[in-house]
Amino acid sequence: MEITREEVLHVARLARLSVPEAEAERLREQLSAILDYAKQLDRLDTRDVVPTSHAIETGTPFRDDVVEPFGDREAILANAPDRLNNCFRVPRIIED
Amino acid sequence: MANVPVHEWTLLEAARRVREKEISSRELTGALLARIEALDPKVHAYITVLPEAAAAQAEACDEEQARGALRGPFHGVPIGLKDIFCTRGVRTTCGSRILRDFLPPYNACVTEKVLAAGAVVPGKHNMDEFAMGSSTETSFFGPTRNPWDLSRIPGGSSGGTAAAVSAAMCFAGVGTDTGGSIRQPASLCGVVGVKPTYGRVSRYGMIAFASSLDQGGPIARTVADAAALLGVIAGYDRRDSTCVDIPVPDYLVAVERPVKGLRVGLPKEYYEGEGISPGVRAAVEKALKALTDQGAIVVEVSLPHTSFALSTYYLVAPAEASSNLARYDGVRYGHRAEGASGLIEMMSRTRAEGFGDEVKRRIMIGTYALSAGYYDAFYGKAQKVRTLIRDDFTKAFESADVLLTPTAPTPAFRLGEKTGDPLTMYLSDIYTIPCNLAGIPGISVPCGFSAEGLPIGAQLLSKSFREETLFTAAGAIERALPLRRVAPLEG
Amino acid sequence: MALETIIGLEVHAQLSTRSKIFCACSTAFGASPNENTCPVCTGMPGVLPVLNRKAVECTIRTALATSCTVQRRSVFARKNYFYPDLPKAYQISQYELPVALCGHIDVEVDGGTKRIGITRIHMEEDAGKLVHEGEFAGAQASLADLNRCSIPLMEIVSEPDMRTPEEGGAYLRRLHDILVYLGVCDGNMEEGSFRCDANVSVRPVGQEAFGTRTELKNMNSFRNVEKALEYEIRRQVERIEDGEKVMQETRLWDANAGVTVSMRRKEEAHDYRYFPDPDLLPLIVDDSWVEELRTTIPEMPAEKIARLGRQYGIPRYDAGILASTRALADFFEASAAIYGGNPKTTANECVHWKDAVLAGTLSPETIAHAVEDRERGTISATASKKLVELVLSTGRPFRTLRDEQGLTQVSDISALDLLVDRILAASPKEVEGYRAGKAGLLSFFVGQVMKESRGKANPKAVQEVLKKRLG
Repeated sequence: MEITREEVLHVARLARLSVPEAEAERLREQLSAILDYAKQLDRLDTRDVVPTSHAIETGTPFRDDVVEPFGDREAILANAPDRLNNCFRVPRIIED
Repeated sequence: MANVPVHEWTLLEAARRVREKEISSRELTGALLARIEALDPKVHAYITVLPEAAAAQAEACDEEQARGALRGPFHGVPIGLKDIFCTRGVRTTCGSRILRDFLPPYNACVTEKVLAAGAVVPGKHNMDEFAMGSSTETSFFGPTRNPWDLSRIPGGSSGGTAAAVSAAMCFAGVGTDTGGSIRQPASLCGVVGVKPTYGRVSRYGMIAFASSLDQGGPIARTVADAAALLGVIAGYDRRDSTCVDIPVPDYLVAVERPVKGLRVGLPKEYYEGEGISPGVRAAVEKALKALTDQGAIVVEVSLPHTSFALSTYYLVAPAEASSNLARYDGVRYGHRAEGASGLIEMMSRTRAEGFGDEVKRRIMIGTYALSAGYYDAFYGKAQKVRTLIRDDFTKAFESADVLLTPTAPTPAFRLGEKTGDPLTMYLSDIYTIPCNLAGIPGISVPCGFSAEGLPIGAQLLSKSFREETLFTAAGAIERALPLRRVAPLEG
Repeated sequence: MALETIIGLEVHAQLSTRSKIFCACSTAFGASPNENTCPVCTGMPGVLPVLNRKAVECTIRTALATSCTVQRRSVFARKNYFYPDLPKAYQISQYELPVALCGHIDVEVDGGTKRIGITRIHMEEDAGKLVHEGEFAGAQASLADLNRCSIPLMEIVSEPDMRTPEEGGAYLRRLHDILVYLGVCDGNMEEGSFRCDANVSVRPVGQEAFGTRTELKNMNSFRNVEKALEYEIRRQVERIEDGEKVMQETRLWDANAGVTVSMRRKEEAHDYRYFPDPDLLPLIVDDSWVEELRTTIPEMPAEKIARLGRQYGIPRYDAGILASTRALADFFEASAAIYGGNPKTTANECVHWKDAVLAGTLSPETIAHAVEDRERGTISATASKKLVELVLSTGRPFRTLRDEQGLTQVSDISALDLLVDRILAASPKEVEGYRAGKAGLLSFFVGQVMKESRGKANPKAVQEVLKKRLG
């Protein structure tokens, strides 16, 4: 299964990964090979099969609606590459 | 035991000696830190060594013990953690540049439990970046080497943990296993590794790779050590919605149980084909003989969808990973690219710089498999085949109590041997992956050496929450095949 | 060519929980930036979500109150996209299997009732807030405050059943009333607790296929929704009449300019790659839980208006005012239960003292006693008002104040009978004189009775009793 260069670049954009021109072709070949391998699943008839998303069959547990403050905002912000006024600071959003 | 060097003691032996005041935690920890200092430059099993913190912890353990208080079963004994478990205030990198300086403000549940058991943490183990790899070569911090042959890889992704345990640079360690990342390196390094049932060990604070497959588990030099450590880290945690509230049995007792009458299934699909090396086949046959000699019964079983497991895994795991790793965007923590002119560029360059090639490849595959128009053909399809693979195991366990297979098709390969070809690398996990897809537990136990003297492990699989059966069977193999566990490596 | 409008509305309502949907941080409004955050809601590595039971209960109760079918099994899914206000780079939401499906609510328009379908109700977490450094083009950075991250929301999606802005407004108001009645949402539109997006299209009458729709956002009041719909319908009709096409796009309502403006955003970002969240297991809701929650569903506004009219014989208009707030209607009924005289008077009093009632400073007894005393003629209307004000300022019981202040009028016939008997017995000459034709003596008797009652008798009632006894 061959995927196109455009698909590679589209997926890279969706995944927010900048891909230099030089790498696009190599990535295209590797992804094609892996997806090609994955296509062997098409040999199985799965029309009546229920998908598995979890290995456990119980329902999700709940927590009670009780507030337990973390209480250390500085620890939350301490790893930030850039911050201002107790906020995370990010470059301006430019629509391109 | 008098002539056995301190660092080679088993975890339980070390714990007993500290408890009985034959040795202080300071001495024990000091001996271990000296060993790390001498050997780790060669092996590179640690991303971060914590000599001061470990010494301080050891001192505190000794003081408490002097007042008559023991923290828990591993009081004062050094146990290492894969650098995927968050440690409060101690950098946790997950083997990635993107988290190179990340200081978590919280401990993982596993970290808490290991500390509560009294263990001293000597450092954080090297690993494939975000646990994506089978050789520990994708680590941003450089590869770990196999202590049995420094030109070879230790397996992965918990290669640092397996290497540290087999080089006696910790008494045991906790790794994680998404597709074989505990069992395969344990096999390649000649130690014991357990992938518990999905939901047995809390994933809270364990950095996610593929959430529906990831499980933390012990790597140790003996089956009993692994059983004891699993007993400490297993159990319910209300912070993990997928953690199951089932009491933790006494796994140590299970190690000693007889295997007479135990039905050992040999899944024929695992022994067919050319992938399995002759040395591995011969060693696994010895393990089987060890079991039958002690009264176990052999049954042949079939897991007909085995050949589809790898494809299924390489869609499910990257899809989940593409979403789990999206949070590394340079906004709140971790690496951020310099000088970007806008937000999208900042994020895209941060991620391109922060992630290595294998991680990027899997993010791309996963994003593709989930994207509009391809979901049903790839991710959706894989989830359905996952059901077929689970059903195979359910059926097999109607006639067998445990399944015996090789852990990995070959012993440790050379550094760089497979890095150029992702698909060939993925084949290293062909025997371990189905277990994760099914959510069942598995163990790798040493069963021999190859002609070149490289360790080989046998894998045992059981029904969900029947880890005891695994310890019983692995214990029987271990007793019948007393093999060297500490690599012959001098500082 | 006659055109008809198709409107569908999506409401995001913040659920009234104390803690967030997937972590234990506070949901309180107005905290300083990032004060209400923790490793979980800021998406730190390795952390995991655990579902708030109360958020589920709020959603199920809403589903029951809008006649939806509660799904016994629903699934949380990840909606993946990158934005600095979304820490995990995915929003936990529900996609293919939401918690509730196929409901409806009835709204009143043009004197009739119209049923508006509800397609689905699902739960999700809110994102944070992004503030731009300066509002000008030269701004270099934005600041992310993650306090709102993971605040529980419920999205209620209507069927495209509305045909006019008035119907849209009526649906929203009714839905708002229901949520506030249930106590699942505080309904505060200014703080963003109740937000609405609209899908609008027009098509020739008789055509089955929908026209191209636009999505309207940024409308923060009922009136604005109606105005935005009016504007957008006019805009689409004009385009079609000019032979142009309507573009499928998102448009923002500019309340100051009174127009909708295209967001002109790349649509590429809309590949959300939804998939079931592996960190959360399916939400299982069993029958006994649903039945238990069903018992907590109060009467809904429309039913309440009808019942108040029927049960108390009060005009529909009054019933509507009382039912506009659940607390007011409950207060009215509590008062009417204490004194059942003329409910119309009780209703008037409740409406008159509405602010105090809703502030919780008046008890139903106060209004019941005020109405009772007035209807029995024990006090005058003026005294009643004065006494209620005194209750509010002193907090002391109505009747204690009434007696202390001496504002009672005795109009109780039996009490007056006794008084009158006493006076008549003590004045046989005057009785004889009156009966002999001296009509002027009546005022003598009235004066005597008033004197005897220390001024508390109702003079009108005294006259009537006297006339009867002497006549």
